[in-house]
Amino acid sequence: MSKNGPIALIYHTLFVIFMLAPIVVVCWVAFTPEGFLSFPTTDWSLRWFRAIARYPEFISAFWQSLGLGALSSALAVGFSVPAALAIARHRFRGREAFTALFMSPLMIPYIVLGIAFLRFFTEIGLSGSFTGLVLAHIIVVFPFALRLTLASAIGLDRSIEHAAVSLGASEWTVLKRVTLPLVVPGLASGWALAFINSFDEVTMTVFIAGPGTATLPVRMFLYIQDNIDPLVTSVSACVIAITVAGLVALDRAYGLERLLVGRGHDGR
Amino acid sequence: MAFLQLDALSKAFGPHKAVDGLTLGVEKGEFVSLLGPSGCGKTTTLQMIAGFVEPSGGAIRLEGKDLLAVKPAKRGLGIVFQSYALFPHMSVAENVAFGLEMQGVAKAERAKRVAETLGLVGLGAFAARFPRQLSGGQQQRVALARALVIRPQILLLDEPLSNLDAKLREEMQIELRQIQRTVGTTTILVTHDQAEAMALSDRIVVMNQGRAEQIAPPHEAYERPATPFVANFLGKTNLIDGKAVRPERIEFASSGLAGTVRTRIFQGNHWLYQVETASGLLTVIRQNAGGTMPEEGASVHLAWAAP
Amino acid sequence: MKAMPYLLVLPALVLFAAVVIVPLAMTVALSFHDWGQYKGIEPVFILKNWREVLEDSYYYEVFGRTFRIAALVTLLSAVFGAPEAYILNRMKSPWRGFFLLVILGPLLISVVARTLGWALLFGGNSGLVNKALMSAGLISAPIPFMFTETGMVVALAHVLMPYMVLSVWAALQRLDPQIENAAVALGAGPLTVLRRIVLPQAMPGILAGAVIVFSLAASAFATPAIIGGRRLKVASTLAYDEFLNTLNWPLGATVAVILLVVLATLVIVANRLVERRYAQVFG
Repeated sequence: MSKNGPIALIYHTLFVIFMLAPIVVVCWVAFTPEGFLSFPTTDWSLRWFRAIARYPEFISAFWQSLGLGALSSALAVGFSVPAALAIARHRFRGREAFTALFMSPLMIPYIVLGIAFLRFFTEIGLSGSFTGLVLAHIIVVFPFALRLTLASAIGLDRSIEHAAVSLGASEWTVLKRVTLPLVVPGLASGWALAFINSFDEVTMTVFIAGPGTATLPVRMFLYIQDNIDPLVTSVSACVIAITVAGLVALDRAYGLERLLVGRGHDGR
Repeated sequence: MAFLQLDALSKAFGPHKAVDGLTLGVEKGEFVSLLGPSGCGKTTTLQMIAGFVEPSGGAIRLEGKDLLAVKPAKRGLGIVFQSYALFPHMSVAENVAFGLEMQGVAKAERAKRVAETLGLVGLGAFAARFPRQLSGGQQQRVALARALVIRPQILLLDEPLSNLDAKLREEMQIELRQIQRTVGTTTILVTHDQAEAMALSDRIVVMNQGRAEQIAPPHEAYERPATPFVANFLGKTNLIDGKAVRPERIEFASSGLAGTVRTRIFQGNHWLYQVETASGLLTVIRQNAGGTMPEEGASVHLAWAAP
Repeated sequence: MKAMPYLLVLPALVLFAAVVIVPLAMTVALSFHDWGQYKGIEPVFILKNWREVLEDSYYYEVFGRTFRIAALVTLLSAVFGAPEAYILNRMKSPWRGFFLLVILGPLLISVVARTLGWALLFGGNSGLVNKALMSAGLISAPIPFMFTETGMVVALAHVLMPYMVLSVWAALQRLDPQIENAAVALGAGPLTVLRRIVLPQAMPGILAGAVIVFSLAASAFATPAIIGGRRLKVASTLAYDEFLNTLNWPLGATVAVILLVVLATLVIVANRLVERRYAQVFG
């Protein structure tokens, strides 16, 4: 294969700078010792990181996001497994329509979902509740969970299960000892991708989160609406650091290429 | 000097020598195969001729002119890739016409030569199809037509038949040979299949670990292998007193080397024997002429003409 | 046995029926309800909101801005993202994996944090972007980025760029690695290879990426809200205001339904066209 020429490498460098610039700037400004936004700063301090501790709403929002992400992703994976098995292994009437329905949260603008959920939850009395947030987040992350569980269900070589059956394993044993262990990596990566998407979601959540249930991105968004100051940069820097740590861990565990691109595109 | 001359051609990837001082002269119109196991350097050699890999040492001359000084796009070689590398977004005719277009051949002339070449490979009726809509064998012919239509000085074939099933491969071998005879293009084939190399080539170059172990016509290499590696690679062989003896040369006789039949396998047109003797376990192949043959456990005597 | 697949999809189906289909239907219904400052929402069937949105030039302006921004963002991301995907595809491991992580990673970082970064970079006339552009001699006077469409386009292009790179990269992955060599051997120069061989095969990826980027850009919320401020509205921030500030839910629902219908139509039509164009070639 031919290599990238010097022009290509210069272009690539500029492109990477473009992609990283805003993220680097946020982290940089977070270390300012000043009481106002000043960039570029040459001095640095942890003053604004310590300041986070004095704003309990950010801390509680963080835990809120963490719990919401973990729970809704787990439930989404739980709902997606039987659906993935049906789609991957059976040819039945309406299969494409069901798949399209389950993937539809990717197609529907989140702003529309947010409005629909707000209307719906207000009617049934779940407005601003944690239950409502969980339900909404299950829907929003469902396509991500389904895509990866589907990929692992499709990737599963059925002759492996047939081999187990021929060796005398019961259906239950096959499921427990062969099928599940083989799909667990797919489930785990599906959960992880769902979790990240839940953790970052702001557009839909901003409509349905109440004062007591606001997630971290919602808090940050509402804060920025009023004022941009070094506090919100230090909070953002923490979010970025956590995400990067999570990404590196995920990359080590599964390979991010695979996770982001997905292997089976049957579900789309 | 030969039509195409490789002189002490070498390629090192770090400490690993993929090709190690290969010298080879190919005459005009000749069909030469580079034969060897994977990693023997045959594909790297082909890619150096094509210009996709730069040699670490040595020279390549075409009609006495330095080929390495010529850019790959200007070498004018016809290449058939293992994957065929057809342009999936172009029709068969557009694929074949591409090289002519690059040479600036006028449109009318282009159409004529494309039709001609597609006729040569028997795909005249498929000009408007897309590669996806063709079978593996048909795609292979398109790749061949695309390489031939530019009337290359040399045709390079990189494992062209390895993606076809056994029966189709045999048919394509015969056809490839006929086409090459018809157009008379100097051809270099890279393959790991000794039967294919022997069936097609005027001469074969048996390669191992970047070196040419033997360069000879197929029959000669088979009958008089220069090294044990060549003997083994070109077919089943027995090593008796340091000499290679082909299994089909050994006969059951009334006297000679005594042995016991260990296993006997029927393979349709011949029988395959393993006979235990004082010289070790020998492989014997006998034509199936319909008569009775020694059974497993039988005591036999083996005789052969000195190689 | 025939009921098996239906039993398997049943849990998810019930969930989606209850939490997606019903709320969406309610939202469509909401757009036909009446609303007054003091009486609140009245569940009647009237066309008042639709008439208001379809007759008032203010809404045309907002939707025009929304789709103009989305089109520019799509163009930028295709023009800059596709070459980058090609460069990435030609890299060797481990560099390829590393830079893929660098370029796709931002996708997973909160969009609020990324937009905040752009707000900091734009930061008035003395912002870093203006300083850099001026010292590079590309502009002579600072360009206003904050509270402008220009700023929204740049920030959104950044936010959505990974989708385009990912999409094109996936298309290039299917490219036979020998195919460029085949073209070169037939006498094609580097530019011809790019134009005649690589670009046509990357095109399905670029188009698929364009559909994703356009629909996400047209429905983006956080970035336009932060960069555009309270005055420069797009469809989604307008709907948000109607819901959470003005409290005119039926009007907000109308804006949302229009956005949904327009985008869904665009996506479906675009996908059909792409499929029809490429079905024969790429299967």
